[in-house]
Amino acid sequence: MSALRVQNLSFAYPGGSFRLEVKALEAGAGVPLAILGPSGEGKTTLLRLLAGLLRPQAGEVALGGESLPGMADGRLREFRLRRTGLVFQDFALLDYLTVGENLLLPLRFGGGDLKQGEERARMLAAKLQMERFWRQPAGSLSQGEKQRVAVARALVHRPAFVFADEPTASLDLRRRDAVMELLLEDARERQAVLAVVTHDAELVPLFARHFQVEGTRS
Amino acid sequence: MRLGPVFSLAWRYTVRHPVQSVLLALAVALVAAVPVSLRLVLDSAEKAFLARAAATPQLVGARGSALDLLMTGLYFKQQPLPVIPMRQMEALRGQKLARVIPLYVRFQAQGAPIVGTHLDYFPYRGLALAEGGMMTRLGDCVVGARLARQRGVKAGGSLFSTQEQVFDLAGIYPLKMRVSGVLEASGTADDDAVFVDLKTAWLIEGLAHGHDDLAAGGSDTVLKEEKGNVVGNASVRLFNEVTAGNIGSFHFHGDMGGYPLSALLLVPKDEKSEALLAGRFLDKDSSLQLIRPLEEVRKLMETLFKMERLGLVLFGLVSAGLLGAGGLVFALSFRMRRRQFATLADLGVSRRALVLTKLCEVALVAVLGLALAGGLSLAAWLNAEPLVKLLMRG
Repeated sequence: MSALRVQNLSFAYPGGSFRLEVKALEAGAGVPLAILGPSGEGKTTLLRLLAGLLRPQAGEVALGGESLPGMADGRLREFRLRRTGLVFQDFALLDYLTVGENLLLPLRFGGGDLKQGEERARMLAAKLQMERFWRQPAGSLSQGEKQRVAVARALVHRPAFVFADEPTASLDLRRRDAVMELLLEDARERQAVLAVVTHDAELVPLFARHFQVEGTRS
Repeated sequence: MRLGPVFSLAWRYTVRHPVQSVLLALAVALVAAVPVSLRLVLDSAEKAFLARAAATPQLVGARGSALDLLMTGLYFKQQPLPVIPMRQMEALRGQKLARVIPLYVRFQAQGAPIVGTHLDYFPYRGLALAEGGMMTRLGDCVVGARLARQRGVKAGGSLFSTQEQVFDLAGIYPLKMRVSGVLEASGTADDDAVFVDLKTAWLIEGLAHGHDDLAAGGSDTVLKEEKGNVVGNASVRLFNEVTAGNIGSFHFHGDMGGYPLSALLLVPKDEKSEALLAGRFLDKDSSLQLIRPLEEVRKLMETLFKMERLGLVLFGLVSAGLLGAGGLVFALSFRMRRRQFATLADLGVSRRALVLTKLCEVALVAVLGLALAGGLSLAAWLNAEPLVKLLMRG
């Protein structure tokens, strides 16, 4: 059984002309998936559907055998909190929290072991050369620094499913490579599902599976 | 659901936005503390007013404002009060219905009221000397405890009366008064007053004076001599201090029965005397009025309480505005942070936790505000009495 499975998915924003339809998409644990396509074709929408942030009008999205569209809101939130890691395009950090506090946010609300979690958070921050910013408010960071914090936050609670939307868009080449190496290595080691939206052609070969998104407009 | 992270998040937002949090807390503090503080100050004022009024059964003065008479007779506030002649006191004493204590409150010693009275006043008010002795000689004064402390005055020292008009050469000249004693503190208006004998008060007014003995002074001080009458020239010295050497030269002019008084404190012998006295001043054509200070103070307090209620209504409207503005600030803050709350929701934080986080932020500000309000109210409570005394003095 695939860790991530999508079948006959159909989604449209209310009142919009855009429609996304996916007949079938599967990804296994530890097998990184790249979601590709031109701008405006629905890559972010698909990622949000996979993460359970949007509910499709029809079709199935299953993570680890659990159907997301069928889950009640509370259950779905809990599933996201404990089992998924999300990197948002706009990083979505809480500006008034320090880097360390942002990294530990999923653990605090999800009820994980904070001591172990902090060790892992510091390790991730070190790998992304962010450890010296640990006590600095996220609001004072540069875009690139915020993006690296967002990546580390998505991994800190060892989620089974990691969804990253353009996780290297604000980074220079060296840091881009460090982030990708971390994401891929972490997914491989933990046998996690990793789905990444990217425009960067140089990154595409790093992924074992690719999925081309093509939305339609009426 | 775990409340720790909810509180932690709200706490961090609150402390990391100190200006916003403190301003909102101050709004809450003002809304809570102002009515409480106002009540505490009014309670203290009521207590202070009532205590002194209750110890003063009846007060007689010239017909006019009862409040002015009350403020003059009890608190030595210099009001534009018509004077009553000394002979009225003699007439009242003649009725033998009450002990009559005169008061003449017109002059000041650098802001402190000079109260002309008799020695009866001190035992009547239960005032005892902390140092020195009572005024025994023309020009002596006894100083209230707080005034003595503030001015650094001791028995044996001196105080000057304040000139009413600096540029009026024919006006009242300052008198250098000898401080014969300092009173113990009583917590009343007596602590801030300078007490002199009535004659000294009249001396300050210019109804008496002392000068060189013209008959013995030789020709250089005499302008002309007529039958039994010596007219001095401009070199005659008028004394502004009573000393052992010149006390004999002080003399009063005119009919002392017409000398001015501000008020008479009456201490009736019994209830019947009290009723008789009250009845004698009911005549509207009389030039005098008798008031019962306790009744007047109660009327005054009723007016103050009405003003308080009106003030509270107005403040209620301001408070509603303040709280509304505070609510708006929170609403705007939450709206501006919509993306942050959406992030938390996207990460999987439950709706309930998000609502609790917002409520917790409001609660933290409210608690901070109430703590500030508690502090302000405590300060009001601790300072209500001195504040009331300051207001009564000012």
